[in-house]
Amino acid sequence: MPRTSLFLERKSYRMRRIMDAIRFMPFVCAALWMVVPLMWSGGQGAHAATPLSAALWYIFGIWALAVMVSFALWWRIRSGDVDAAVSAADTSA
Amino acid sequence: MVSLNQLIGVCLVYVAGLFLVAFLAERAAIRGRGDWLLRSPLVYTLSLSIYCTAWTFYGAVGYAARSGMEFVTIYLGPSLVMIGWWWVLRRLVRIGRSQRVTSVADLISARYGKSNVLAIMITIMAVIGVTPYIALQLQSVTLSLSIFASPDPDAGGAALNNAHAAFWVAGGLALFTVLFGTRNLNANERHHGVVIAVAVEAVVKLFALLAVGAFVVWGIAGGLNETLARIDASSIGGWQAQGGRWSALIFLSAAAFLCLPRMFQVLVVENDDERHLQIASWAFPLYLMLMSLFVVPIAVTGLDLMPAGSNPDLYVLSIPLSQGHNGLAMFAFLGGFSSATSMVIVATLALSTMMSNHIVMPVWLKLRGGGAQQSGDVRGVIIRARRLSILLIISLGYLYYRASGGSGALAAIGLISFGGVAQFLPALLGGIFWRGATRMGAIWGLGIGFMLWMFTMLLPSFGPGAALSQGVFDHGLLGLGVLRPQALFGIDGIDPTVHAIWWSLSLNTFAFAVVSFFTFPHPLERLQGAQFVNVFDHSSGPAHGWTVAASGAEDLMIMSQRILGATEARAFFERHARWQGATGGLPRPTPAFVQALERELAGSVGAATANAMIGQIIGGQALSVEDLMAVADESAQIHEYSSQLEAKSRELTETAQELGHANQKLTQLSLQKDSFLSQISHELRTPMTSIRSFSQILRDTDALTGTEKTRFASIIHTETIRLTRLLDDLLDLSVMENGEVSLNSKPVNLRAVIDQAVMTSRAGSSNVITVHRTPEAEEIVLFTDGDRLAQVFINLVTNAIKYCDAAKPELTIAVRRDDDVIVVAFTDNGSGIPADGEGIVFEKFARLCNEDVDGAGLGLAICREILTRLGGEIRYVSHVGGATFEVRLATSAEAETSASLLSV
Amino acid sequence: MTKHVVLVEDETNIAEAIRFLLGREGWRVETLANGSNAADVIRAGMPDLVMLDVMLPGKTGFEVLAELRNDPACADLPVLMLTARGQARDRDQAMQAGVSRFMTKPFANEEMLAAVRDLTAGRVG
Repeated sequence: MPRTSLFLERKSYRMRRIMDAIRFMPFVCAALWMVVPLMWSGGQGAHAATPLSAALWYIFGIWALAVMVSFALWWRIRSGDVDAAVSAADTSA
Repeated sequence: MVSLNQLIGVCLVYVAGLFLVAFLAERAAIRGRGDWLLRSPLVYTLSLSIYCTAWTFYGAVGYAARSGMEFVTIYLGPSLVMIGWWWVLRRLVRIGRSQRVTSVADLISARYGKSNVLAIMITIMAVIGVTPYIALQLQSVTLSLSIFASPDPDAGGAALNNAHAAFWVAGGLALFTVLFGTRNLNANERHHGVVIAVAVEAVVKLFALLAVGAFVVWGIAGGLNETLARIDASSIGGWQAQGGRWSALIFLSAAAFLCLPRMFQVLVVENDDERHLQIASWAFPLYLMLMSLFVVPIAVTGLDLMPAGSNPDLYVLSIPLSQGHNGLAMFAFLGGFSSATSMVIVATLALSTMMSNHIVMPVWLKLRGGGAQQSGDVRGVIIRARRLSILLIISLGYLYYRASGGSGALAAIGLISFGGVAQFLPALLGGIFWRGATRMGAIWGLGIGFMLWMFTMLLPSFGPGAALSQGVFDHGLLGLGVLRPQALFGIDGIDPTVHAIWWSLSLNTFAFAVVSFFTFPHPLERLQGAQFVNVFDHSSGPAHGWTVAASGAEDLMIMSQRILGATEARAFFERHARWQGATGGLPRPTPAFVQALERELAGSVGAATANAMIGQIIGGQALSVEDLMAVADESAQIHEYSSQLEAKSRELTETAQELGHANQKLTQLSLQKDSFLSQISHELRTPMTSIRSFSQILRDTDALTGTEKTRFASIIHTETIRLTRLLDDLLDLSVMENGEVSLNSKPVNLRAVIDQAVMTSRAGSSNVITVHRTPEAEEIVLFTDGDRLAQVFINLVTNAIKYCDAAKPELTIAVRRDDDVIVVAFTDNGSGIPADGEGIVFEKFARLCNEDVDGAGLGLAICREILTRLGGEIRYVSHVGGATFEVRLATSAEAETSASLLSV
Repeated sequence: MTKHVVLVEDETNIAEAIRFLLGREGWRVETLANGSNAADVIRAGMPDLVMLDVMLPGKTGFEVLAELRNDPACADLPVLMLTARGQARDRDQAMQAGVSRFMTKPFANEEMLAAVRDLTAGRVG
């Protein structure tokens, strides 16, 4: 049954890529949360300080996005065997 | 206005409710019911909310009112850790489960060879770091109570005595923790009562804060846009976070989230299912986001509405109160109360486990001296130790609260506490990711980090003149300018918090790494290191094997009963007896069993203590041969590596030998080649001499008789033929060596070929030789070039005739089968070939004696070439009493047709 | 008195050619096909000339020569060496071993006869 095995292969492949995304997530969030705010103006120079409402929108927007993406990723892997996917990814690397 | 008594009444009802919920949960768990709730990911996620203490509940608003957005770093760090669960938490949880870890101290001590020194260090550090935090919770409760009391002291009838209030709160928390935290001894089992109460409190505090927030946004400001406009217009309306602090605080809160004993308790120890972690990876960031969503609006509204001197830490309460929403205020109070109590309960539980397992039990064991099996009820001792520890810790918190006089901004104490526990991070992460991390490295790293934290963060926080004198602040410790607590190494102008975190953590990590580089771990440490780092490869692998020859199962049973309780111990032993196949009675104390038992005990008393107790019974902690074998993971690699090296060097030696042989052969061949010209010249000149001489005689001499003429002409003729044959041989060989020969293969009968060869050889020679043959064995039909094969045989028979030096020369031609090879052996009874000639006998011109013989020494070289073409080989077999040449032909050359049908 | 030559040569045809050529000149040619007893035969017979092949069964020509030169009685005996191995190395070796004349095969008959005459001129009238 080549079709079935192809499907399973695709599924485990998809699973491994989702695991990659999960591993990647904290770095994206760290960059967005830790690095971007460093570039905002504190109002000392010629520029006016970045308004707090903008900062709020930004940080909470990222937060909500991160939660949604994490949720979506979890939804995709919730029934799979994470360890198996990861070890398969390790051996295929 | 809510009266204080009303408030206390509601509070008591709430607490009673919590006790009830906890009690019901415990009962349900014992009866095995309610798993859907007790072991649900929801409860797991909510229990993580003890991260949000009263500091975050009240303090975050105050923090925002003072420094704007910076408060949010405290939530972003943990969110990052949760979103990145795959990297660290997944590993921690797996290690925690497989090693039955009871606390962060237990984990680190177990990693570094079950070191009690490390466990004690971490326990003491945790107590020092967390006690102010507990004091902070007590302070927040009394502070929040006071806001209800102070505006109108007469209305409630009773003025609030802060010290008393704190005392009663502390007492109530101690009672709760003792009741629900020490019900079951095995710290690795879930404290369902505690966890469910914490979950309820998590919901209460979340909704309390959301309610206040919603009230502020929609009740006071009048909508989202108005709120945002208000925010931008306020005194904190511009972005004002410093870059260094921003990043450092996110990092610090992430580190603390992992290292705080109470967080470790709920994250790892109370974790029931690794999949819950995956759910919490999005659910907990969501919780944190909701918790911090309304912090800024509340702070801004507070700054707008409240009178100038009012405490921004209490805006959550004072805003609803000032607007006359008493119910909301009371709800907010319950939220704050929940935050404080849940934190104190879990923190105390975690610390008391550490304290009893790593300090009280080892001391007690040492004092008893006699060993675990002779003492009384160890189980009772452990429970008492744990209860004592709970009381001690809460008392410490209370005393700290009294001593500090309830001063200082809440957030400052929180950050200091974070900085203290963050010192565990290098040893923790190093331990689970780096096998090279050693115990000494961890001790040095922790020690240095902790000292620096004390000096740069904790002691200065009390203000100049309290713990450190103003002189130390200005001129450094002992007058050394490089040792100023807020400007170490003379580097000035860094934010004190960033300064302290940077120096303590970086030097901590540096010391940890460098000492690890230069120290050598003992076997148990290496073994545990391998287990921790490779936890996903062998989650259920052996910790290390005990040698249990001397110990009886009875002693182990007695001890286990005292620790686990009689019923559980018996169940454990019976289960293992069944697994071992023993019917009834006790299991044999196999290393596997003792190891399982150690794990089980470790769940109650910690890895180091369990190891020590079993060690007392088993007799000595000396590592056995098996233990060392168990370090296999590493040593096997080393072994494999060294055997690879060995193989390589053997290979090299062999290659060198082969090279030597080849070189020797080359030298020999080169000598031969060198003499090739000399040889060929000799072989050509000899017949040429006769030819030249006689032809000259024939030409120049007239007076020759007819006989003479004939004779001389025939000599010339013979010598010419000899020359021709030599040239033929040379050509033959050269053609053969270049692979240009064409074989005329067809089925031939071996006997016929040998017949032909013997006949031809005899005809060409005057010498006599007796030939012995076994014609039956020769009846084999081969598919090969018969003429070429005959050439080989002729050569061999001729050689035998020529060289056999026996008085009565005899040649035996034997045919036999060696597996799939047909061997034709030509054996004469001569003296054979000298040993030094065996290697070159098949080389060209390799004539081994000086006796004049017909031929140029090319015969055997030609034979070898022919057989190579025919897919066979020729060998010289030396033995006593003769020379044997073996012609070996592959049976694939054997024709399938029957011999009887053919004749050649 | 007939001139006496001992010829040590294993190649029978070459030996026959030399025997014929020298015989015609009046030489008594004593032929040996083996090197092993050549020196003894030579010492016993004390010929006027010795002709030596190099590649001999038993002993090589050089060995026979060395034996002769070690015997004071034969120290001055003219020895003509004939060899089919005509390399310079062989010639040097032969000269060092004390050979009187060295010739490579194949040779011209007159050349050989001239050498024989040359070597025996002083001794045999």
